[in-house]
Amino acid sequence: MKKLLMATAAAALTAGTAYAGGHAKEVKLGILFGFTGPIESLTPAMASGAELAMEEVTKSGKLLDSATVSSVRADNGCVDNGLAVANAEKIISEGVNGIVGGDCSGVTGAVLQNVAIPNGMVMISPSASSPGLSTMEDNGLFFRTTPSDARQGQIMAEVLNERGVSSIALTYTNNDYGKGLADSIQSAFEAAGGEVTIVAAHEDGKGDYSAEVGALASAGGDVLVVAGYLDQGGLGIIQGSLDSGAFDLFGLPDGMIGDSLPQNVGPDLDGSFGQIAGSDSEGSRVFAEMATAADFDGTSAYAPESYDAAALFLLAMQAANSTKPADYMGKILDVANGPGEPINPGELGKALEILAAGGEIDYQGATGVELIGPGESAGSYREVEVKGGKIETVKFR
Amino acid sequence: MDLLNALVALTNFVVIPGLAYGSQLALGALGVTLIYGILRFSNFAHGDTMAFGAMVTILVTWAFQSVGISFGVLPTALLALPFGILGTIGLALLTDRTVYRFYREQKAKPVIFVMVSLGVMFMMNGIVRFIIGPGDQRFADGERFIIKARTFKQMTGLNEGLAIKTTQGITVITAIIVVAALFWFLNKTRTGKSMRAYSDNEDLALLSGINPERVVMYTWMIVAALATIAGVLYGLDKSFKPFTYFQLLLPIFASAIVGGLGNPLGAIAGGFIIAFSEVTITYAWKKVLNYGLPDSLAPDGLVQLLSTDYKFAVSFAILIVVLLFKPTGLFKGKAV
Repeated sequence: MKKLLMATAAAALTAGTAYAGGHAKEVKLGILFGFTGPIESLTPAMASGAELAMEEVTKSGKLLDSATVSSVRADNGCVDNGLAVANAEKIISEGVNGIVGGDCSGVTGAVLQNVAIPNGMVMISPSASSPGLSTMEDNGLFFRTTPSDARQGQIMAEVLNERGVSSIALTYTNNDYGKGLADSIQSAFEAAGGEVTIVAAHEDGKGDYSAEVGALASAGGDVLVVAGYLDQGGLGIIQGSLDSGAFDLFGLPDGMIGDSLPQNVGPDLDGSFGQIAGSDSEGSRVFAEMATAADFDGTSAYAPESYDAAALFLLAMQAANSTKPADYMGKILDVANGPGEPINPGELGKALEILAAGGEIDYQGATGVELIGPGESAGSYREVEVKGGKIETVKFR
Repeated sequence: MDLLNALVALTNFVVIPGLAYGSQLALGALGVTLIYGILRFSNFAHGDTMAFGAMVTILVTWAFQSVGISFGVLPTALLALPFGILGTIGLALLTDRTVYRFYREQKAKPVIFVMVSLGVMFMMNGIVRFIIGPGDQRFADGERFIIKARTFKQMTGLNEGLAIKTTQGITVITAIIVVAALFWFLNKTRTGKSMRAYSDNEDLALLSGINPERVVMYTWMIVAALATIAGVLYGLDKSFKPFTYFQLLLPIFASAIVGGLGNPLGAIAGGFIIAFSEVTITYAWKKVLNYGLPDSLAPDGLVQLLSTDYKFAVSFAILIVVLLFKPTGLFKGKAV
C-alpha cells in the first residue's frame, strides 16, 4: 500500500513537472526481448534493468526538455524470426526512438537486417553475442553492451586449460548463437593443444535427448561443454548425461549460467564451471543494490548489460540534443568511451547535466562499458563454478 | 569381458532410453489413433491434452506433498494420477459437448474437425500456460534411480555404467499394464465391442442400436485417461514444460501413422519404431565397436550413420517411406 501511494505520488509529481515544462517531450524506448522461449527466465530481469535506467532518467527530469521516458515491451521469442520482425515493426510504428534488443543473436540479426536498417532505427543489444554480428553490415545502427563470442571462446579455452582438461565433447544449440560460440570454443581450445572429440548440435524444445547424449558419451572426453540455453536443450542434455553416467563435469558458457540450472539439476552439478560476461567494477555492485531496491535480481544474467544499453540511448540523445536515431547514433561511442567524467549507475542525472552543459562523460555503467571496433563491448568475463548448488564467482578475467 | 562392456554401453545409451521414450510415444499414439478410428479425425489437441492432464496431476501432487502424503520410493505423482485423469476427462467431455458435438451434428467433413481441433489445441495451450505458467516444473520425488551408473560399475567391475531411472522403469511397466487393460476393454467388454463396431462401420452400428453419443463419450474418457498417463510419465521422466508437449505432437503422429492410423496395435509398434530409429541411426557406435571388435579392427572415427541434427529427419523419412509403399501403415490402419 505504501509503495502504491508512493508510486501514485511520484506519478503525480512527474505529471506535474511535465505539465509545467510546457513543451515537454516523451521519449519511448522499445524493449525487444524473448519474453517467451528459450531464455524466458532471464528476460524479466533484463527488461527490469533497462526500465530502471529509464525511470532514473525520468525522475531526474534532466533529459532534453525534462522529457519522460517510457518503455514499450515486445516479445521476439528468442528464436522466432517472424515474430521478432513483426513485433519490431509494430513498436517502430508506435513511435519508439530506439530499440533495446534483441537478446538472442539470430533474431537480433534478423531484426537488424529487415527492420532496423530500412527504418534507420538504432539497436543496442545487451546480450546478442554471435561473432557474426561484428561483421554484419549495419550502417552504424547496431551496438552491443556484451562482447562477441569470439572472445568468449578464448576465455573458455583458458579456463579449461587452467583446470587441466585435455579433451572435451562439445554440443551446441542449433542456432546462430550456439554455432558461433561452438566454433570459437573449438578453434581456441584446439589452438591451445586440447582435443575436441565431437561437435554435435542439439535442438531446443525437445523433451528427449537420449540420442544426443548417446553420441556424446560414445565420443567421450573429460568435460562436456554445453553451448546452449539453461531453460532448454542445455538443461536436457546435462540431465540426460548425469542420469546415464555419461559425463560428471560440464563446461557452461554464458547461455547456461543462471540460478535455475543448479536448482533444476541438483547437487550433481557441483564442480561444473564456466564463464559469463561481467566485471568487478564498482558499478556492478551499485547496480545490484539499485536492483534489489527495485525488487529484481541485479546479478541475473544480462540485467546489468540491459541497464547500460538503455542508459547509452538516453545519454547519446542528450549529447546530440535530439531523439532522432540519425542524430544521436554518432554520439553513442562518444558517451560510452573516455575521455570525460566516469559515470556509474545511479549517476545518470549527473551525466545528463554534464552533457547539457557541453561537457564530456565516460559512461562506465553496471558493466564497465568500453565499446570497441564496430560498437561492441571489449569484454571482461566472470569465471564461475557451481559450489553447493550455487553459482559462485571464482575470479574475473 | 569386452563384449559385456559393449552390451552394457549399448543398453545404457540405446535400449533403455529407447524403451522408455517408445512407451511414452506409444501411449500418446494410442490416444490419437483411437480418436481417428472412432471419431474419424486427427486430433491436434492431443499434445496439449497431455499437458493439461500432467498439469492437473502436478497440482494435486504439490497439494499431497504440502500435507506430507508420499508414496515411499515411488513418485507421489502416481497417487495423484487418478485425480489428473478425472480432471482431464472433465475437460475432454466439456470440449466435446461445447465444440465437437456441434460439428458432429452438422456432419462436418473430417478436415473441418482437424481445423477445429487446432483451435482447441490453442485454447488448451493457453489454459495450461495461464494456470501453471510456461516454465519448467519439477514434481518427481521418491527414489530417482533403480540402479545408478556408478553403483553398477562398482558392483560388476565393468568400465561401463548402467543406469536405470525409476521413472523409466515405471514408464515401461505402466505402459504394459495400460495397454493390456485397453485391449481387454476393447475386445472383451460390451462397450469396447460397441466402440469397435462403431469404428468399423458407423451405419451398421447405428442400425444395431448402438448409441453413438455413448460411444463418443467413452472414447473421450479413455483418450483423456491415456493422454494423462502419457503426459505424466513423460513429465516424470523428463520434465514438465507446456511447450515440449506441443513439440511431442509430431513424433506421436508419426508413430500413429507409421503403425496405421486407427489401429491400436500399430500405434504401439509405431511408437517403438520411431523411438528406436531416432536413437540407433544417430548413435555413434565407436564405443560399442571398440569394445566388441578386436583392436586391429577398432574404428578411429565416431561411426555415426547420421549426425544427431538429423534425428527428426529419420522419423519423417520413415513416415514418408511407409506412406509411399504402404499408405495404410504397417498394421493396416485406415488410409490417410
